Amino acid sequence: MATLHTRSAARLMIAPSVLLLLAWMIVPLALTIYFSLLRYNLLMPGMEEFAGLTNYTYFLTDPAFFQAIFNTLAIVIGVLFITVVGGIALALLLDQQMFGQGIVRILVIAPFLIMPTVAALVWKNMFMNPVNGLFAWLAKLVGLQPFDFLANAPLFSIILIVAWQWLPFATLILLTALQSLDEEQKEAAQMDGAGAWSRFVYLVLPHLSRAITVVILIQTIFLLSVFAEILVTTNGGPGTQSTNLTFLVYAQALLQFDVGGASAGGIIAVILANIVAFFLMRMIGKTLEA
Amino acid sequence: MGSITLKNVSKVFGAHAVIPSIDLDIHDGEFVVFVGPSGCGKSTLLRLIAGLEDVSDGEIIIDGKNTTDLPPAKRGLSMVFQSYALYPHMSVRSNIAFPLKMAGEDKAVIDKKVEDAARVLNLTDYLDRKPRQLSGGQRQRVAIGRAIVRQPEAFLFDEPLSNLDAALRVNMRLEISQLHQQLKTTMIYVTHDQVEAMTMADKIVVLNRGRIEQVGSPLDLYHKPDNLFVAGFIGSPKMNFISGASAAAHQAHTIGVRPEHLVLSKDQGSWRGTVGVAEHLGSDTFLHVNADGIGTLTARVSGDFAVTHGDQVFLTPDPQRVHRFDEKGMAIR
Repeated sequence: MATLHTRSAARLMIAPSVLLLLAWMIVPLALTIYFSLLRYNLLMPGMEEFAGLTNYTYFLTDPAFFQAIFNTLAIVIGVLFITVVGGIALALLLDQQMFGQGIVRILVIAPFLIMPTVAALVWKNMFMNPVNGLFAWLAKLVGLQPFDFLANAPLFSIILIVAWQWLPFATLILLTALQSLDEEQKEAAQMDGAGAWSRFVYLVLPHLSRAITVVILIQTIFLLSVFAEILVTTNGGPGTQSTNLTFLVYAQALLQFDVGGASAGGIIAVILANIVAFFLMRMIGKTLEA
Repeated sequence: MGSITLKNVSKVFGAHAVIPSIDLDIHDGEFVVFVGPSGCGKSTLLRLIAGLEDVSDGEIIIDGKNTTDLPPAKRGLSMVFQSYALYPHMSVRSNIAFPLKMAGEDKAVIDKKVEDAARVLNLTDYLDRKPRQLSGGQRQRVAIGRAIVRQPEAFLFDEPLSNLDAALRVNMRLEISQLHQQLKTTMIYVTHDQVEAMTMADKIVVLNRGRIEQVGSPLDLYHKPDNLFVAGFIGSPKMNFISGASAAAHQAHTIGVRPEHLVLSKDQGSWRGTVGVAEHLGSDTFLHVNADGIGTLTARVSGDFAVTHGDQVFLTPDPQRVHRFDEKGMAIR
């Protein structure tokens, strides 16, 4: 982009995509804001009328809303914790020389390639089912009462399922970062008298910090909107125990046919996501700059 | 203190013996240089001494103790790596302090030792910078600083100057030599550059294909090479090798004459030839002469010897300085 001429030519060239993307974002956003200000219920077609901020007050005072906020954060933090810690551990293991390394690595990546609905159904019916599930069978094998995961610990079960799906992603990113660690640095640390644990703390972890940041950022974006896993396993229940914000909006719109309320919920979700993003960027933006 | 003895040390990777068997004595306070072409096993040998590789057979004795099975940190050695291997996220201060911290030293003691090392190496102003904010030479000095704070029995250098530009390399060469004068600690230095070996070493170990070809002081190797390999490797430009009738005249299979030991004349001499390329360095001129019936010879003459491409010259070897070798390439004395 050296000259004025090339710069304006470049602007002209990217203009169509920018306009398209802008329309793609602005139109739904504008419509959602518009709907959120209407009394708009699918069961009463043609009865739409301006309702002011009633939808917002209604949504924000719903007890399910606070439960949903808590659940959303619990899922994000829980899954992040499991995937980052587990990812580092798995990456360290996979970095070792071993027999069948290639096959093992592919197997580890596999869960990431499975669709969320399928993965959740497999967990629900094959692992966590209190009658036929693998966990129930294991419990019975040692003489314990089978535990009904999805009924008794719905949020934990969902965190477990989602973490299982995202673990390969974290492992993969961290493994590649691990492999870029200079061999001579490790040897230098060895000469300097650092044991395995010291090398991990002083050398490996700081080296991985940027990759961990990337994992946290990308996963947070997707984890704020976990939906399929909830829909096919617990349906947000029992009660609202496993309802997150995404699911609450869905329930409002498509189970209660309240488009206005759901739109208000959607706007609130957008605002909350931006708040999270703001803090996240401030917290870890520094690591990425360095 | 820092004497190192290798007894029968060998290293085998799979079926390939990188180092068949080596015996070597390094005395306390010596500056020893391992030199050889790439792939000759010199770095492997250094890593065996450091403990970064396990020996396949033999013993490594450091300061009278058998350290063959000890981990690197317990051998009392420090190493400076080719890539410097500084810890990128730590400041210069923490980098230098790292080995002391690992040894569990007192905070005050660490601070003092780091300050001392920084003063010796002119790093005091850079202590709070990160390695990436330093130039190549400064990084090199940090790596050396990290090595000296431990006060090791011996220092190991693995081609430490190969990432620096030519001018800086000459400077650092000098600084490392001065450091050796100051510390008087044993140093083992690996390089493929015979100039570094000649200028720095008390003792040079010439390696080729995992074998020691010759051990000796720089001038020993220069004046009395044991074999063709050492003769060709030490000295720059390379020694000229001549076989055939001219060699037979000296009762040898091959004779070697260094470029600086050829006397040039424009009207008489033993061998006649035409000048191919003349490289003028100012002080000296390197002449590549196509000698009749012998081949290309390199000669080193004074800078004011005026010749150019295509001139006819006569060369005469200095008879006192002709090296003679038998069919196996060993020196005849």
